[in-house]
Amino acid sequence: MQFPVLTIIVMTPMVAAMLILLFPAERKTEIRATALAASVVALGLSLWVYFSYDITGPQYQFIEKYAWLPFLGIDFHVAVDGISAPLVLLTGVVMFTGVLISWGEFNPEQHLSAGIQDRPREFFAFLFLLAGGVFGVFVAQDLFMLFFFYEIAVFPMYLLIAIWGWIKTREYAAMKLTMYLFIGSVISLIGALAIYFSVGLNSFDMIKLTEAIQSGALNGVSVNLFGSQIPFQVFWFPFVFMGFAILGGIFPFHNWSPDGHVAAPTAVSMFHAGVLMKLGAFASLKVGIMLLPEGATYWAPWIMGMALVNVVYGAFIASIQQDFKYVIGFSSVSHMGLVMLGFSTLTSQGLLGAGMQMFSHGVMTALFFAVVGMIYDRTHTRQIPELGGISKVMPFVTVAFIVGGLVSLGMPGLSGFAAEFPIFMGVWRVSPWAAILASISIVITASYIVRIMSSVFFGKLPHYEHHFGDVTILDKVALATLSLVMITIGVYPAVMDRLISSGVEHILRLFGGA
Amino acid sequence: MEPTRVLSLILFSPTLVALIMAFLPREEKTLLRWTALLGSLVPFGLTVAVWFGFDQGRAGFQYVENYVWYPTLNATYHLGLDGLSLSMVLLTTLLTPIAILASFNVEDVSKAYSVKAYMILFLMLETGMLGVFLSLDLLLFFVFWEIGLVPMFFLINQWGSEKGEREVFGKMIPARQYASYKFMIYTMAGSLGLLLAIQLIGVAANTYDLTKLYQIWPSMADLKVPFGLGVGTIKTMAFWAFAVAFALKVPLWPFHTWLPDAHTEAPTAGSMILAGVLLKLGAYGFLRLVLPLFPIESQTYAPVLAFLAMMAIVFGAWAAYGQTDFKRLVAYSSVNHMGFVVLGIAAAAAALGKGDDAVIALNGAVMQMFNHGLSAAGMFFLVGVIYERTHTRNLEEFGGLFPLVPVYGGILIFTSMASLGLPGLNGFISEFLVVRGSWPILPLYTALSMIGLFFTGAYILKGIKKVLHGPTNEKWIGHLTEINPREILVMAPLMVLILWIGVWPGWLLNTINSAMLMLFK
Amino acid sequence: MEITTLILLLPLPPLLAFFLIVLFTNRSRLLSSIIGVGAAFLSWLGAMIVFINALGVEEFGKHPFELSIPWLATGSTTLSIGVMIDPLSAVVLFFVGWTVLMIFLYSVGYHNFGQPKGDHDKKGLPPHGATVTDEHGHSHTVLSVEPMYSRFFAFIGLFAFGMYTLVVSNNLLTMFVGWEVMGLCSYLLIGFWFQKPSARAAAIKAFLTTRVGDVFMLIGVVWLYSLTGTLNFREIFSHLDKVTEVTSLFGWSAAAWIGILLFIGTIGKSAQFPLHVWLPDAMEGPTPVSAMIHAATMVSAGVYAMIRMFPLFESATSDGFNPPMVMLMVVGTFTALFAATIAVAQNDIKRVLAYSTISQLGFMLAALGTGAYVAATFHLVTHAFFKALLFLGSGSVIHGMEHGVLHTGNHHVDPQDMYNMGGLRKKMPITFWTFLIGGFALAGFPLVTAGFWSKDEILTEALHGGYIWVFGILALAALMTAFYTMRQITLTFFGEPRTPEAEHAHETPWTMTVPLMVLSFFAITFGWVGIPEHFPVLGGIPKALGFASNWFHEFVISSLPAGGGGHEGLLRLASEEAAAAFDPIPLITSLVVALGGLALGWWYYSKVTKVEQDFFQIKILKNKYYIDEIYNGSFVRLAGWLSETFAVFIDRQIIDGILHAVASTVPVIGSFLRRTIDAFINWIGDKIGSGTNSVGQEAKILQPGKVQQYLVATMALVLVALLFFITRN
Repeated sequence: MQFPVLTIIVMTPMVAAMLILLFPAERKTEIRATALAASVVALGLSLWVYFSYDITGPQYQFIEKYAWLPFLGIDFHVAVDGISAPLVLLTGVVMFTGVLISWGEFNPEQHLSAGIQDRPREFFAFLFLLAGGVFGVFVAQDLFMLFFFYEIAVFPMYLLIAIWGWIKTREYAAMKLTMYLFIGSVISLIGALAIYFSVGLNSFDMIKLTEAIQSGALNGVSVNLFGSQIPFQVFWFPFVFMGFAILGGIFPFHNWSPDGHVAAPTAVSMFHAGVLMKLGAFASLKVGIMLLPEGATYWAPWIMGMALVNVVYGAFIASIQQDFKYVIGFSSVSHMGLVMLGFSTLTSQGLLGAGMQMFSHGVMTALFFAVVGMIYDRTHTRQIPELGGISKVMPFVTVAFIVGGLVSLGMPGLSGFAAEFPIFMGVWRVSPWAAILASISIVITASYIVRIMSSVFFGKLPHYEHHFGDVTILDKVALATLSLVMITIGVYPAVMDRLISSGVEHILRLFGGA
Repeated sequence: MEPTRVLSLILFSPTLVALIMAFLPREEKTLLRWTALLGSLVPFGLTVAVWFGFDQGRAGFQYVENYVWYPTLNATYHLGLDGLSLSMVLLTTLLTPIAILASFNVEDVSKAYSVKAYMILFLMLETGMLGVFLSLDLLLFFVFWEIGLVPMFFLINQWGSEKGEREVFGKMIPARQYASYKFMIYTMAGSLGLLLAIQLIGVAANTYDLTKLYQIWPSMADLKVPFGLGVGTIKTMAFWAFAVAFALKVPLWPFHTWLPDAHTEAPTAGSMILAGVLLKLGAYGFLRLVLPLFPIESQTYAPVLAFLAMMAIVFGAWAAYGQTDFKRLVAYSSVNHMGFVVLGIAAAAAALGKGDDAVIALNGAVMQMFNHGLSAAGMFFLVGVIYERTHTRNLEEFGGLFPLVPVYGGILIFTSMASLGLPGLNGFISEFLVVRGSWPILPLYTALSMIGLFFTGAYILKGIKKVLHGPTNEKWIGHLTEINPREILVMAPLMVLILWIGVWPGWLLNTINSAMLMLFK
Repeated sequence: MEITTLILLLPLPPLLAFFLIVLFTNRSRLLSSIIGVGAAFLSWLGAMIVFINALGVEEFGKHPFELSIPWLATGSTTLSIGVMIDPLSAVVLFFVGWTVLMIFLYSVGYHNFGQPKGDHDKKGLPPHGATVTDEHGHSHTVLSVEPMYSRFFAFIGLFAFGMYTLVVSNNLLTMFVGWEVMGLCSYLLIGFWFQKPSARAAAIKAFLTTRVGDVFMLIGVVWLYSLTGTLNFREIFSHLDKVTEVTSLFGWSAAAWIGILLFIGTIGKSAQFPLHVWLPDAMEGPTPVSAMIHAATMVSAGVYAMIRMFPLFESATSDGFNPPMVMLMVVGTFTALFAATIAVAQNDIKRVLAYSTISQLGFMLAALGTGAYVAATFHLVTHAFFKALLFLGSGSVIHGMEHGVLHTGNHHVDPQDMYNMGGLRKKMPITFWTFLIGGFALAGFPLVTAGFWSKDEILTEALHGGYIWVFGILALAALMTAFYTMRQITLTFFGEPRTPEAEHAHETPWTMTVPLMVLSFFAITFGWVGIPEHFPVLGGIPKALGFASNWFHEFVISSLPAGGGGHEGLLRLASEEAAAAFDPIPLITSLVVALGGLALGWWYYSKVTKVEQDFFQIKILKNKYYIDEIYNGSFVRLAGWLSETFAVFIDRQIIDGILHAVASTVPVIGSFLRRTIDAFINWIGDKIGSGTNSVGQEAKILQPGKVQQYLVATMALVLVALLFFITRN
């Protein structure tokens, strides 16, 4: 019985959430301290998991398994593989920086109310609940647990946005988001149940399910639709996959995400774009592709089609947005499209790239939203034409944003390139034209990123110059962390690619090697 | 065996200096300037050492380094030198200190855009450029290829000339902003094809190591890519993807229009590096990648390249002659001069491995790269010197300055003559070799290029005429100060080299020649 | 010291002088002139030593002094450069050495060394004179020293370097280097007074016009190089078989085309029609410069290059027709007459000489075209001497006139206009006599002057080569030459002073007169070394004195490789016969034209006193056949238009236009997608989540109701699903 690290990682935020709720509301400092402590622990542990994962070892490591609802075959079963380990780390990073960003030191002489001033206790509680849920999904190896954590992760979003969000649209956005996600989860849940019953192991253990399906448990099983016999996997794959893919922001179900971003408070946007969307992508990979490989192979072209739309379409729309947050929101749509594109290739490079991209994009958008938040806190506007000359006041933030921006336009030497490049290679192996088409997005992204850089950060400083100052040291720490992560991966991809590709190899084995 | 890792040292010492500078206080301008200058002298010193340690006789690459970088894509951190890259590295490490010295008078633009940031960007830029010349891995090449854009973008966008506006989509934007976008976006768009082609090669060959690709790629029959097209077609497309990306950087007509804007708006030192080294990246790409990887395609399409080169030479000269802005004039002269490089390359492509003509043409092309680096850097600097004092670049506002600034005048005439290709100075040697090499292979285009050669004289003399000669423009009397010692110190090494190469090109040409023989004979 | 080393060193002193003056002594006039003249002297000394050594060698043409060193790595081969002195270059070296030294010395005086600084002289403008007060307190204006005195010596130093390099080169490449360096210097020197717009324009005109020729020449050089694989003269001539294969163009041999290309270079450099336009304008430069450019160096360089490449031209014969030689002949002959006609109508003392130079060069090229190798060389040398003499003489005249102008203070009088002169023979005797000698040499005054012998030989060979029409035209040209020469002498020196300035003209200092005397010595004597062997009486004298008869012919002809590189030198044989046999017709002709021309000139112009009376002020001639106007109207304007178009229209409008159009599509597409598809999707979404819109408006903080509804709904669905599956199993 080794050290139950994953359980602890999952539990830390939840326990922290409970603790925080115990504090009286006005003890803000203690609350924040607790939050920070918890996030540091989580980060530390996830780092430890990441680096002590043995690439040469078995697919699933740090396995823990306790019976939970034996009569339904539901266990508390957690483990990480090459794909999820980085995502756990990602969650740790985002959580840590998110706390720093929302620290919310009130600074009268700057008329500045950065971070969360209003009811930090509830805010952090909900945020950590969410974080716990996310950790849970990434490590869960039991289908039911996965859904359980999934709902835990999604539900607080509603409150976080609706209560702490941007007054203008928070109701609408929160509602829209919750609706999309619940509907999505229901659809995939149905699909999951279908699998559960058709395999008939009376177990939600995904590892077992996978083995069973590999050994042909679903062969010959088919669904009768208006008289025509459709193979089981082919029929159910869309349910499972799309249900989760909605959370991944796949076209045409991407619209909840930009609206959600815009409405959500900074830390939440960071979580939302940085982690939650990965949740969708990851789950659709885990449950959809890994459980129903034949279905995946059958539907791959369609997914590629949709992903392709995401990539180009997202970029185009982002390029005309005037609201800073919308730009980033749609750029996330475009970049998540790349992840889906990677999945759809079902090739080693494609999946590797998708894995890298999930991590890289997580860090990148986290940084973006952090920066937007800081600027908004000071200027109280997100309209790009109204902004300008930020660099004069916040050089550090500027540099951080430039790093992020370069990552998002796939500048070589940064994580974005290290992630996109393999994806494109994967696509080349399946359909070169798709690769060529998708590559358009790179230039468009470049065009709007460059536009934002120079119009928001350079140029002349509008009237509001006098009443705002530079960011706090905590903010700087947060930004520095995120930037460094991206640079490291870009300069030396070897720190991540081996790990992910080990995971990828295991997945591809389900498709008969490749 | 020579000491390894020295290339990494050359490559990253500027970055290290930049990192150190990041921790120096912004106010200590003098300290920052000198740190940057001395820091940039380190790679130069190392390069000189490498130059003497370099064994011309030996085939293949020297000082090779090879480490794991992106294992799952079989992309490695693979560096190495041959005569071609060595001469380019020398040019880069030589020009960077000069450019930094030239920009000692740069002041803080804003909190974020301080002398500190400027110098750091410059050093980063140097690493980017060196990386392109040194890397022997296709992916690594691309990494450095793109990285170079970023510092240059900011140098133009932030330290570019304040004056001037350009109308785009009906609204006026500052000229330097326009120029920097155009530079960045246009170049990225251009390298998009390169990116795709590199991916294609990577997928097909499953390696990015150039030394391996040289062997397998040209003869590869099955590309393992479901394109639905013949191998020939795909390779042709890949060839053009490469060619366009590099043609854009060279720049070749009609992809050149970013250049006059970028050059004109960039700060003086920026233009020096831009013309001196950045343009060479394109030509280097042709020599290092296109010719070896696509010999058949290059041969097939050599006439097209030659045609475009000819257009660049002739139209570049005409356009330069038509300018009233001194800096734009010099900028267009780059188009004209780089045209000769491509002409030489095209000729070599047309007759690859067929006797000495090809090799002579290539010698000329590489020489021309080096020489243009020197003369163009010098010209841009001299334009900067006069601009600083008069705050105008409009040729009509100068006139008869010779009596006011005799020393400057002398230097200007000298450098102009080098760029005009006066025999006895460096430019002539390379142009002679290019023409000599191309004539037997592509007589028509070479002959037509002569028109450009003639107009080179025309626009150079126009420049001198408008600035130095004619009745002295009264308004500058007493306001125009003579070129100062620092500026002379900037020009001195350039002028010495210009003359030295012009009189005794052997020391440089032998290195290039041996490399060309090994690569293309 | 090894003789080749000495030859190698010949060009260096002037170059050193250039650098020394530019870098160090440009402040001190004295040092600069010492360095400059000293350098010229050293080179002269070296040249003479080399020349004398050359005389001592048996069959010098077979084994000349030569030294080659590898210079450029060209693939598997290397390109060597080096120096060579053979008979041809030896004689050229001889006159270059003398003229250059004389011109350097002359410049000291011409630029008023030792005179006070001008009151308001500006750099880049000719000196305007200085006011000085003598011991009696009278203040009067005297010539003032050139403000850019030192710079002048630097420039001519570089110029001399260029010429020496060109002469001693053993290969086309370094020859071309010298050629272009001179081009640069002529640009700098013509534009020496760069603040004068006219000078500035003339400088650029000179450089660009010659460059037109140069680019063609470069192609020729390159072509020759790529065929023969070498640029060394002697090696080329031993590989001539490689250039004689027929090309697709008109079926002419490569040699023919190369020859033509090289000749176009000469057309530019030696100011032959149609590229002659730059040379008269070049008079904007100081007079020593005119002498440099017209006599000693640059224009001679063009002819020298042609003579040098003569074996190549010969080898260009294909089926009895030799394109380049014919071209040489036609262009030369035409230019000789064409320029002579213009010269007749010019009033500027220097411009007359300029056009006469063009015409005389025409003589040489025509001679070469007829195969008269030696005659061309001979005329080249003699012409160099007497034309240098004439230019320096005219400079002296102008200088004297300027003195007068300063004295009267009337600056509207053009000191170069011959109609402002007259009667100067009394004021400036030395100048007069030397100028007379030069003039007679140019006119070809029989027996005593060098010009006679060389011109006579040209005519003889033209006739013997069977080119009657060439003979005729050249004879006519010679007649006009004599005529306008006499016109010039008469208007300048004879009669009475026509202006007060002429009254007060003044003889020039020794630094200027000494060169005149030295040159006039050669202008006479140098003819005697080339007296045809069978010339009545005189032909025998050298033999009688124990010299080789017609030494010059014997000496120079040996530069030609035996058998012209395997090609039967038909033309040359003809010329040799011509030299051998004696024929009275050409002799009589040249006597007639020379004396006749002089007589006519004297007879007519001794009566003319005012420009109005001058019959030869014919408009078309005065305006040089409007060639400048034609060029400005066509080529210059075309160039301007092209550059405008490409600078502005093509780049800014078309290419950038396309780029901007492409760029602008992005936002268009973007907003289209946003407004149509995205809007539609949103609409659907909102409809599905019925009521989300309305909720949007309501500003209640929380509606647990809604969320719970969702949760309930979810659970319900799940249960339904469970039941469905359970029942199915």
